[in-house]
Amino acid sequence: MSSSTRISKPLALQDPAIVRWGLIGLALGFIILVLFLPLISVFLEALRHGLGAYFAAVVEPDARAAILLTLEVAAIAVPLNIVFGLAGAWAIAKFEFRGKSILLTLVDLPFSVSPVISGLIYVLLYGAHGWFGPTLDAWGIKVIFNITGLVLATVFVTFPFVARELIPLMQEQGTEEEEAAISLGASGWQTFRLVTLPNVAWGLLYGVLLCNARAMGEFGAVSVVSGHIRGQTNTMPLHVEILYNEYDFVGAFAVASLLALLALVTLAAKSFLEWRFGDRLSGGRAH
Amino acid sequence: MPGFGLTLGYALFYLSIIVLLPLAALIMRPAELGLAGFFDTVTTPRVLASLRVSFGTAAIAALINGVFGLIIAWVLVRYEFPGKRLIDAFVDLPFALPTAVAGIALTTLYAPNGWIGALLTPFGIKVAFTPLGIVIALIFIGLPFVVRTVQPVLLDFESELEEASASLGANRLQVFFLVILPSIMPALLTGIALAFARAVGEYGSVIFIAGNMPMKSEIAPLLIVSKLEQFDYAGAAAIAVVMLAISFVMLLVLNLIQRWARRHEDRSR
Repeated sequence: MSSSTRISKPLALQDPAIVRWGLIGLALGFIILVLFLPLISVFLEALRHGLGAYFAAVVEPDARAAILLTLEVAAIAVPLNIVFGLAGAWAIAKFEFRGKSILLTLVDLPFSVSPVISGLIYVLLYGAHGWFGPTLDAWGIKVIFNITGLVLATVFVTFPFVARELIPLMQEQGTEEEEAAISLGASGWQTFRLVTLPNVAWGLLYGVLLCNARAMGEFGAVSVVSGHIRGQTNTMPLHVEILYNEYDFVGAFAVASLLALLALVTLAAKSFLEWRFGDRLSGGRAH
Repeated sequence: MPGFGLTLGYALFYLSIIVLLPLAALIMRPAELGLAGFFDTVTTPRVLASLRVSFGTAAIAALINGVFGLIIAWVLVRYEFPGKRLIDAFVDLPFALPTAVAGIALTTLYAPNGWIGALLTPFGIKVAFTPLGIVIALIFIGLPFVVRTVQPVLLDFESELEEASASLGANRLQVFFLVILPSIMPALLTGIALAFARAVGEYGSVIFIAGNMPMKSEIAPLLIVSKLEQFDYAGAAAIAVVMLAISFVMLLVLNLIQRWARRHEDRSR
C-alpha cells in the first residue's frame, strides 16, 4: 500500500491535533497490543533459557525432521500451484468464454473454507473409510497420514494465491504484445516464455511469496491429515503443537521463532515488492 | 492466440481434482446418515453449543476489528507520523504468521501468569481458556482484512465532497458521520464480513487459548476433528456442511445488504 502524499488541506478539513494524536495513539496502542506483543513474546520465550537451549531445541532430531518435511511439502505444493496459476490466468485473462465468472469464484473458493474442513475433505476421499481409501490401500498406496496427504491439504489451502495475483495482472496487460509476437512468427510457447512471463514476473513472485508463507505455516488442514507421527509426518507448525502440549515451552517457541522469522522475511520482501515494483503488480489487491 | 484448450483444460482438470471432487465427497457423505440422522447429529446440545461459540466469538471479534480496523486505516491514510510505513507493512503480520505460532504466543501472554493475564487477574478477568480468549485470537486473525479493505477506499475518497460539506457549515463530526462514513460503509462491511468468515473457520490460533471445554469454549472445527478421530466421517462431514451453509447464507445476506446500500446511495445522488 502506498502512503498518501502530504497535501495541505483547507483548515476546515484538518482534524484538531488532539483528535489526530488521540487516534494515532489508539491505532498504535491497538497494533502494539494485538500484533506486536505476541510477536515479541515468541522470541523472548524461545530465548528464555539462553542461546544454548535455543539452538539445542532447533537442531534436535525431531525438530530437524519437521523442518525438512515442511520444506519438502512446500517445495512440491508451491510449484503445483504456480503451474495452475499460470495456466488458469492465461485461459481466463487472454480469452473470452462462457462460465468465466463461475471459474473465478471456484478459484477463490478455498479461501472461504475452514482449514479443518480443507483437511477433512481429503480424509473423506482417501482415508481408511473414504471413497478411494480402501482401493488405494489394497494397492499399497497411502495418502492420509503420509506426505501425499500433507501436500494435497497444503495445495488446497494455498490454491488461490498465485492465480489470484496473476489473473488481474494479465487482464490489465491485455493481449496486444502476445498477438504482435505471434504475428511475427513466434510459437505459443516462445510467446509465453519471452513476452508474457517477463511481464508478470514480479506479480508471480509476489503470489509465490504469499503462497509459500501459507504453505509452510498451515496448521489446521495438515493437522487433520497428518496423523502426528513424530519425525515422520510432523511439519513445523504441528511440531510446535506437540512440544507445547508436552510443556516443552522453550522447544515449542524455538521452532515457532523460525516460523515467525519466515513471516517477517515474507512481510519485508512483500513490502519491498510493493514499494519497488508496485506498478508491475496487480492493482486492487485484497491482500 | 494459442493455448486456450491446453490451459483451460489443465486448469479445469486441476480444479476438479483439488477442489471439486473433495468438496463433492464432503457434501455427499452426510447422506449415509439419512435426513433424520443428519438432523440428530447436528442438533445435539454439544454441536449447537460449539456452533454458537464459533459464530458468536467470530461476530464479536469482527465487530471489534471493524472499529479498530477503521481507526487504523484512517490514521494510515490521513495522518503523518514517524514509522508510518513500517506500521503499514506490519498490519499484514497475521497473514504471514502461522496460526499455531499466534496461538501459543497469545496463550502465553494471556495465561493467568502471562504478561497481560497477570495484569487482568487482580480484576477477576480471565482471558485464556475462556470464550474471551477465543475472541482475542480471532481479533488477531481478522484485523488486516478490515484495514486492507477500507484503506484503498479511504485513499480514493473524493475530498471535494468533504470540502463542500465543510464549506456549507458542517462540523468535523458531521462530515465524518454523514459524508465519509456512508461512502466507505460498503468497504467496511466487506472487511468485517471477510474477517468474520475467516474467524468462523479458524482453528490453529484458537485451540491453544480456548481451553476447549465442551458446551463452553469448544469451537465447531474442533468438534469436527474429534469426530474424525473417532472415525465418524459422516458426523464430521455433517457439521462441516452446516458450518459452510451458515457461512454461505451470511455472506449472501451481506451481499444483498451491500447491493441494497449501493442502489440506495445511487438514488439519493
